[in-house]
Amino acid sequence: MLILHCPYCGIECDETELAPGGEAHLTRHGPGASDAEFEAYLFERANPKGVHFERWRHANGCGKWFLAARSTTTLEVFGTYEAQTTEPPAEIVEKIRARIPGWEARP
Amino acid sequence: MRRYSAFAIAREAFRHHAGWERAWRSPEPKKKYKVIVIGAGGHGLATAYYLGKNYGIRDVAVLEKGWLGGGNTGRNTTIIRSNYLQDPSAAIYEKSRSLYETFSQDLNYNAMFSPRGVMMLAQTQHEIRGYQRTAHANVLQGVETEFISPARVKEIVPIINLDGPRYPVLGALWQPRAGSARHDAIAWGYARACSAMGMDIIQKCEVTGVRSENGAVTGVSTSKGEIDCDKLAIVVAGHSGQLADMAGFRLPIESVALQALVSEPIKPCMDCVVMANTVHGYMSQSDKGEMVIGGGADGYNNYTQRGSFLHIEETVRALVETFPMISRLKMMRMWGGIVDMTGDRSPVISRTPLGNCFINAGWGTGGFKSIPGSGWAMAELVAKGEPGPLAAEFGLDRFREGRFIDESVAAGVAH
Repeated sequence: MLILHCPYCGIECDETELAPGGEAHLTRHGPGASDAEFEAYLFERANPKGVHFERWRHANGCGKWFLAARSTTTLEVFGTYEAQTTEPPAEIVEKIRARIPGWEARP
Repeated sequence: MRRYSAFAIAREAFRHHAGWERAWRSPEPKKKYKVIVIGAGGHGLATAYYLGKNYGIRDVAVLEKGWLGGGNTGRNTTIIRSNYLQDPSAAIYEKSRSLYETFSQDLNYNAMFSPRGVMMLAQTQHEIRGYQRTAHANVLQGVETEFISPARVKEIVPIINLDGPRYPVLGALWQPRAGSARHDAIAWGYARACSAMGMDIIQKCEVTGVRSENGAVTGVSTSKGEIDCDKLAIVVAGHSGQLADMAGFRLPIESVALQALVSEPIKPCMDCVVMANTVHGYMSQSDKGEMVIGGGADGYNNYTQRGSFLHIEETVRALVETFPMISRLKMMRMWGGIVDMTGDRSPVISRTPLGNCFINAGWGTGGFKSIPGSGWAMAELVAKGEPGPLAAEFGLDRFREGRFIDESVAAGVAH
């Protein structure tokens, strides 16, 4: 069972409390964006084999969206953080690098 | 290739079975091929087979990271059906089902295709309307299905509980010509036929990079060295995103785990496949007597080939409601496959940003049933460079243009 820490409630929630929301940190381009940019926002996914940043909603709890860094190959969770950010916070990146030396975010 | 037949068995019986030849060769890769197919699962091998059979292209290599048919081809519940709502889906899955019917004769390999019928239970008013609509659509598409009453459901499946605690059975969509087949035999049958046509099936050969020049693929880097090609076909369920990354483009795909499990073998008790999409589980009985059980996919990205207990529990709970007699069965094995999910839950058979590179991916939870039809359509795309009628609607450009083939809504949960 996947267990994630809700950064708002401060409790450990298991999978039955949570609703997955797909890839995090997608850029939603504004008015004047090209069709390709909008397509990328809606559909194209990094789908990495390794560290994945993703959205979760504490559906049967506080109901808020938060973000998690998780490995798709080991299911290890590197940490969760609040959703009001456009990139993973430094301490999460540090935790990932502690486990996977030299890890770099994909462009 | 020596044909398999009753005479061959009789002949070998007198020779201590010393005369059977290997079903396919295991050659070292050549420097260059006309077409390289990445992925020797059902879809990849079917693509190679129809390239040779329908288009006479036999200078083909099929590269496989692990062993032949060792991915999702060996990790599914072997259900074959074509009762889809949308026209493009019904067309390709019905083509596939009809090719399964003649597979054993065509390839001289016993696929154990069993048209035992697939029943999809309607357990809410919404589902009744949905399946009646599908039955009407199937009439127009030339797919033989009918909507049947609860009494008929009980007649076909005596072990079913019509008055479940949560959702009674109100009817069902019944496709009598759907069924199941032996998954390994599909991969092995295609591999043997491809090898007999002179194609090279290269196992334990992982593709590590895709080389391209001026917007065209020139070859691939593999664990067995560099191999050049005129055309490249990427047919790798689960890892499509990885290969697309090597080729330098992104896909509208996320990879998630889909699980299945089998029980201990019991005496024959159910001679068709039953799917219950509202409570979320499906079940059939294998020729060995095991109850083969499947359910929903996990909602999050996963490459581990194992899924969450949550979904096992959900599936088993649903099936115990529907078939109370299975409540004391022991479960023997469970497994997970990594499936490619697209935004509209329909596959991608498409050209790519690289001119001579083609991709077949995103079959989601419908991969096994589509193997022959998918190979047929993909072979046409690779041979001609243009999609034929079966593949035309499944291009990647449909996401940009909003022409979705929305089976996620049409098929409900168990696609």
